[in-house]
Amino acid sequence: MTITGKIIAAHSNRKNVSPGEFLMAKVDMVLANDITAPLAVKEFYATKRKKIFNRNKIVFVLDHHVPNKDINSAENCRLIREFARKFKIANPFEGSNGGIEHALLPEKGLVNSGDLIIGADSHTCTYGALGAFATGVGSTDIAGILLTGEIWLKVPETMQVIFNGKKRRWVYGKDLILKIIGDIGVDGAHYKTIDFSGETIENLSMPERFTICNMVIEAGAKNGIIAADEITRTYLKKVCRRTPIYYKNDPDAHFCRVLEYDVSKIEPLVALPHSPQNIKSVYELNRIHIDQVVIGSCTNGWLEDLRIVAKILKGKKVNKNVRLLIFPATYQIYKKALSEGLIQIFIDAGAVVCPPTCGPCLGGHLGILAKGERAVSTTNRNFIGRMGHPESEVYLSNPAIAASSAILGWIGPPEEIGLK
Amino acid sequence: MKIQGKVWKFGNDIDTDVIIPARYLNISDPKILAQHCMEPIRPNFSSLVDKGDIIVAGKNFGCGSSREHAPLAIKTCGIQVVIAKSFARIFFRNALNIGLWVFEIPELYNLTKEGDRMIIDLKKGFIEHHTTKEKFTIPQYPAFLQQIINSGGLISYLLKNHRRK
Repeated sequence: MTITGKIIAAHSNRKNVSPGEFLMAKVDMVLANDITAPLAVKEFYATKRKKIFNRNKIVFVLDHHVPNKDINSAENCRLIREFARKFKIANPFEGSNGGIEHALLPEKGLVNSGDLIIGADSHTCTYGALGAFATGVGSTDIAGILLTGEIWLKVPETMQVIFNGKKRRWVYGKDLILKIIGDIGVDGAHYKTIDFSGETIENLSMPERFTICNMVIEAGAKNGIIAADEITRTYLKKVCRRTPIYYKNDPDAHFCRVLEYDVSKIEPLVALPHSPQNIKSVYELNRIHIDQVVIGSCTNGWLEDLRIVAKILKGKKVNKNVRLLIFPATYQIYKKALSEGLIQIFIDAGAVVCPPTCGPCLGGHLGILAKGERAVSTTNRNFIGRMGHPESEVYLSNPAIAASSAILGWIGPPEEIGLK
Repeated sequence: MKIQGKVWKFGNDIDTDVIIPARYLNISDPKILAQHCMEPIRPNFSSLVDKGDIIVAGKNFGCGSSREHAPLAIKTCGIQVVIAKSFARIFFRNALNIGLWVFEIPELYNLTKEGDRMIIDLKKGFIEHHTTKEKFTIPQYPAFLQQIINSGGLISYLLKNHRRK
């Protein structure tokens, strides 16, 4: 069996499972946010049941339309707060105890290796980076878990992606996942697990691993997975109190497809509108002028990302035609960025530093684009109208390219501002 | 149960941001959500749809976010059935959970055009093209999912099958 198969089997009282099987699995942690939890909570109330399955295994994060963008958003947040209080939910997060859910849960130690985690957010797949099975569903499925602690799953096939070789300058985890999406397409891993391995992955930091697993949904995958190693163990030891279970793929595990990459050939990439599969090397782009740059999100709002950005922005000024918005992913990250002096560098360069929120990534609030405007963003989607007006455009990139583009005024690599 | 209506055609990879933009996700009233359905690519879509109309789409329909508001907006427009070459998995789950029929019939895409009239016989399990009289079989859901549908949806299924604590 594969790691994913083993985790699903362990959560459904089974010795073996095969791809394509339907089964009920027990959930270790269930997550919903201020967009998806209200519908789930309403459905739960409609059943008139008095008990939730386990108050310690439920996480609510208010992160999408917060701080409340309008009255409706405020009502939604209140509904969740009241539910959390009523049922004594152990993990409700908002304000300076919060942040963007997929950076927040690992940071709070709520994700463990070997866990089965279900979230009402498509980027729940991020946690695969810690060797957990994690996938997104909708609100009704969450209501079902609130009632029973279980979810039906179809066991996915696993596609293996092996990265070997040393990354070039200005290439990060973001570029590796963009490369795959570009190659296999937005449904190339339809219903499948993507298992990442190889020498490059073994040398990647946790944030870059999170970035990679975060975007597997953009290839249609059910989940991404990276087998736990020393880097995972060190990370978990610091944050998670529960005992982890480290699974490995069996030597005879079946992979439906195997892709191998020599990473040294991958250049920094940009996904052009309006699809994450529209990939081009940044060196191929011909001065595409931009109006806004967004740095942050569950994909690239990690402390490590902010450090890369600060290195590029230090002592420089954002182009006068560009608005640069920076969103640290959590308040913990924000505080560390403050103490390291990164926030000072951002503001001095002319950036606007915003509270941790999903807002701009999905055109929810903060940093909405006007008709015809163009943005470079370190987020995960560039669909039509994703960040605002249907005739606006979003280009996806890694944090270094986003930072150098903010200085240039067009999409370009750090080499263009004289960095090597 | 028979459904009759005209076809609305959409291409490949229709994402949930197009089905219902995120700026409306603070709304839970399905009627208001429906007014914004497909707004970025087809403004006023909901006012053009008649009850019983169907969507015929390409591959990977509903890709992107987990928002259940997407199938909800489509259903509240009056669309009862979406037929696509394939569906993104979260959208597929959500559609079944809120009672929007979703069928994968890849060959139907090239044999229909916008405005064609179709008759869908859910009981007998076929779809008939009103003009050409061509018939397409509705594929069976896996037995597990059929149980959920027969129970009247996920929540009723769970309430019936899960021991009350």
